[in-house]
Amino acid sequence: MARAELMDFDEALELFEPVIGLEVHVELNTRTKMFSPAPNPANSEFHGAEPNTLVAPVDLGLPGSLPVVNGEAVRNSISLGLALGCSIAESCRFARKNYFYPDLAKNYQISQYDEPIAFEGSVEVELENGRVFQVPIERAHMEEDAGKLTHVGGSTGRIHGAEYSLVDYNRAGVPLVEIVTKPIFGGEADAPALARAYVSTIRDIVISLGISEARMERGNLRCDANVSLRRRAAAGEPAEPLGTRTETKNVNSFRSIERAVRHEIQRQAAILAKGGTITQETRHWHEDTGTTSPGRPKSDADDYRYFPEPDLLPVVPSRELVEELRAALPEPPAARRRRLKAEWGFTDLEFQGVVNGGLLVEVAETVAAGATPAAARKWWTGELSRLANARETDAASLVTPADVAELAALVEAGTLTDRLARQVLEGVADGEGSPQQVVDARGLAVVSDDGALVAAIDEALASQPDVLAKIRDGKVQAAGAVIGAVMKAMQGKADAARVRELVLERAASTGADA
Amino acid sequence: MSEHLIRLTAAQLGERLASGDVSSVEATRAHLDRIAAVDGAVHAFLHVDGERALDTAADIDRRRAAGEELGPLAGVPIAIKDVLVTEGMPSTAGSRILEGWVPPYDATPVRRVREAGMVVLGKTNMDEFAMGSSTEHSAYGPTYNPWDLERIPGGSGGGSAASVAAFEAPVALGSDTGGSIRQPAHVTGTVGVKPTYGAVSRYGSIALASSLDQVGPVTRTVLDAALLQDVIAGHDPRDSTSIPEAWPSMADAVRRADVAGLRIGVVKELDSDGFQSGVRSRFHEALELLERGGAEIVEVSAPHFEYSIAAYYLILPAEASSNLAKFDSVRFGLRVTPEGGGTVEQVMGATREAGFGPEVKRRIILGTYALSAGYYDAYYGSAQKVRTLVQRDFDAAFAKVDVLATPTAPTTAFKLGEKLDDPLAMYLNDIATIPANLAGVPGISVPAGLAPEDGLPVGIQFLAPAREDARLYNVGGALERLLVEQWGGPLLDRAPDLSSHEMAAAEEGVV
Repeated sequence: MARAELMDFDEALELFEPVIGLEVHVELNTRTKMFSPAPNPANSEFHGAEPNTLVAPVDLGLPGSLPVVNGEAVRNSISLGLALGCSIAESCRFARKNYFYPDLAKNYQISQYDEPIAFEGSVEVELENGRVFQVPIERAHMEEDAGKLTHVGGSTGRIHGAEYSLVDYNRAGVPLVEIVTKPIFGGEADAPALARAYVSTIRDIVISLGISEARMERGNLRCDANVSLRRRAAAGEPAEPLGTRTETKNVNSFRSIERAVRHEIQRQAAILAKGGTITQETRHWHEDTGTTSPGRPKSDADDYRYFPEPDLLPVVPSRELVEELRAALPEPPAARRRRLKAEWGFTDLEFQGVVNGGLLVEVAETVAAGATPAAARKWWTGELSRLANARETDAASLVTPADVAELAALVEAGTLTDRLARQVLEGVADGEGSPQQVVDARGLAVVSDDGALVAAIDEALASQPDVLAKIRDGKVQAAGAVIGAVMKAMQGKADAARVRELVLERAASTGADA
Repeated sequence: MSEHLIRLTAAQLGERLASGDVSSVEATRAHLDRIAAVDGAVHAFLHVDGERALDTAADIDRRRAAGEELGPLAGVPIAIKDVLVTEGMPSTAGSRILEGWVPPYDATPVRRVREAGMVVLGKTNMDEFAMGSSTEHSAYGPTYNPWDLERIPGGSGGGSAASVAAFEAPVALGSDTGGSIRQPAHVTGTVGVKPTYGAVSRYGSIALASSLDQVGPVTRTVLDAALLQDVIAGHDPRDSTSIPEAWPSMADAVRRADVAGLRIGVVKELDSDGFQSGVRSRFHEALELLERGGAEIVEVSAPHFEYSIAAYYLILPAEASSNLAKFDSVRFGLRVTPEGGGTVEQVMGATREAGFGPEVKRRIILGTYALSAGYYDAYYGSAQKVRTLVQRDFDAAFAKVDVLATPTAPTTAFKLGEKLDDPLAMYLNDIATIPANLAGVPGISVPAGLAPEDGLPVGIQFLAPAREDARLYNVGGALERLLVEQWGGPLLDRAPDLSSHEMAAAEEGVV
């Protein structure tokens, strides 16, 4: 595939105003599915089930089967709508979205069309540079997920060129809330960062509500990014019309969202600048190359033949229920951020580092798991971010907050040095188990046996008599050479401070002996 | 002995079983024998599972012998329309596309009849996916009317009605989307009830039009229908549209039947020249009888009923086009692979081409069109408005009367093939039955006699407000008693003897 021509980002911004729109699908973690009593694989209890084992007749679209709405999913959707500042419908219906696809058992998806459960909201989003945006929310509606296709044969992993395809209906019927923003204007050069920060905020919200596991790498949270460019009007001229949009699918990490929006801005700008036109289409994001490629052409004329789902009654949330759920809402993310910053005693810079890394939830959960705020921040924004960058993924997908808290405790207890702790994190990220398990398996614990250290120190002092003399003469800094040698001999598994103490002690006593 | 057993009503058979003077195995075997004898000629059944039926019957006999308290229909055989899924028993809905599919679960009404101790004999023939009024659209060949084997038994539930009329089963289950229980009852001299929408769970009923479908009883007497409705009705958490409230006993309503003071409205728009003369004369004679029994007959108007068929033939195909989308060969049923293989899209296309009959394709195309962007408001949207107007007609009428009365269908049974090439003429069969489905109200068809001009059965339909099914059993039970008294016996006693066919069938070795 020919690589698309890209315009320099700054140049693109000079000529065009980027307009973005984001659709985020949130998989709810209810125990059962949206319309069936089958276990929900988006609930941690049912992870990793064999294909086609979490299914009821409804999920397979068996003749005669009927959907029944999961009340818990409705309550979660209302909570989410309220957290997004939305109005909650007094009555809303499900609708059938009709299209044929083998991962869609009934060949229609039960969704909501013109009557979403939540509508007209707004979310405060703070960018890395401190800018604060109000992102307008058009609607949040309930629907069911489709099954999962695995295309076998062919090079692309896509249906085209595949020899055959396997269908797993475990995911069919997983409860989804789709959150749709209105067109977001004014992001300008920050538009890519705004997209990222918005999705990160949505993730914070659903985690604080406890309604989703919100793991992007598992598809609990999925983002489609709409991007269009509008030519800048000359001074005094009326605004140019909005441009044609593309919808980039499959953008499943914070990092990718930012990159994908940036890429689309540059790609579209290059086409428009040459007098070309943008095709309204879905585009696929390729994590490896950082590019998008055309998918299915899409137009407003796509005809899903929506009609009200006759198998289900309208959902009529009582005002009492809505108020009850509103009263139970957790703190909004912005307020929460202000509170946490104060509680943790972080400087602006330190706190911004956490927020910008999309690590607020991780740090908070790590603190909740027992680590000090400083330690939690240090590991997440330091080593884990470096590791995530190197592996081109999000830090949260590598280890859990509980892992980090455990690691911090091991360092605190003196079992690990920072250097060893970094190795342990790598082990945890590689799936070798919990920090303690990695320590045990790799034998990474600090040698705290003074006898072993003293033996190594004595050997080092004996082999460097000049250093010994210097220490004895009061040139304490000379001890560094011995400490280095000892650490090397211990393969780093020693606490450098303790080694230093012992070196000085042995130097003194060795001197006395002489 | 066996001839005698098959002619008992379900209520009578239930009593004989309870008294221990007949066993369920004997009753079941008598019906299986009858099926073996006459079904070659009638073709009411698509599938008979005699072995399993006899096992169930033996189990009921054992439980009864052990002193277990059993319901009034325990041990009574029943036939099930093939639209209802049955665990471990083929369920095709009369379509080639489901040939060979064996469902892993029972429809709720089937589960309820099993829990009531009833003995499932097998599955009855129907128009494919319940689309039709003659059972000629079954992919497995038509069913023949026991009154005249050259005529249709009505549809879509012609198999259930014929099985009961031919004494192959004492009772059966049907489903009624626009008249598929009541119109077959009308042309076979049997009783058919479409309960209030939501009275009987639709779970496991292969959907034709979800907002219109309703499962109900197909029987020879009003009391049997009431006993069966008492078994199958009631809330089912698996069907969101099923009514949560409890129901009064319909059987009690029949036993206490009394029309004194009952106000019966005659819908003037459905009492016209468009109805066969014998249908109208029997209808009016029945009303006179009820009037003599103390009922008050009032003329009412339902001005929007005339738009019912037009609205129905938009709503039904629209919902059906979506409901039938699941038949795509991916997970169950027929799979046709084009020569040399093909993409999943091509396999789906080839399967649906081969698996669906012409009437089903016609309605899928109609419905897909009616739901299309740009046409939705004009077609589906307008049809829903008509539906509201029909509901208002009912509301206005029921403000004046307790029940409505109409002839069930415009004509007596027509000949096979007569209307097959004229879909519009076929659709007009349902003119009197469709309004009830659009409004969700209950309806019953009760035998009213034979049309003088052709000697074929005629039914009278009563309609009641939603949730007032008991009123239908009251008026139907009362009329049946008056008519049977007048006739000196049940109407079906006058049906032709099928024993000549029994001979023919036996000679041909049909089982």
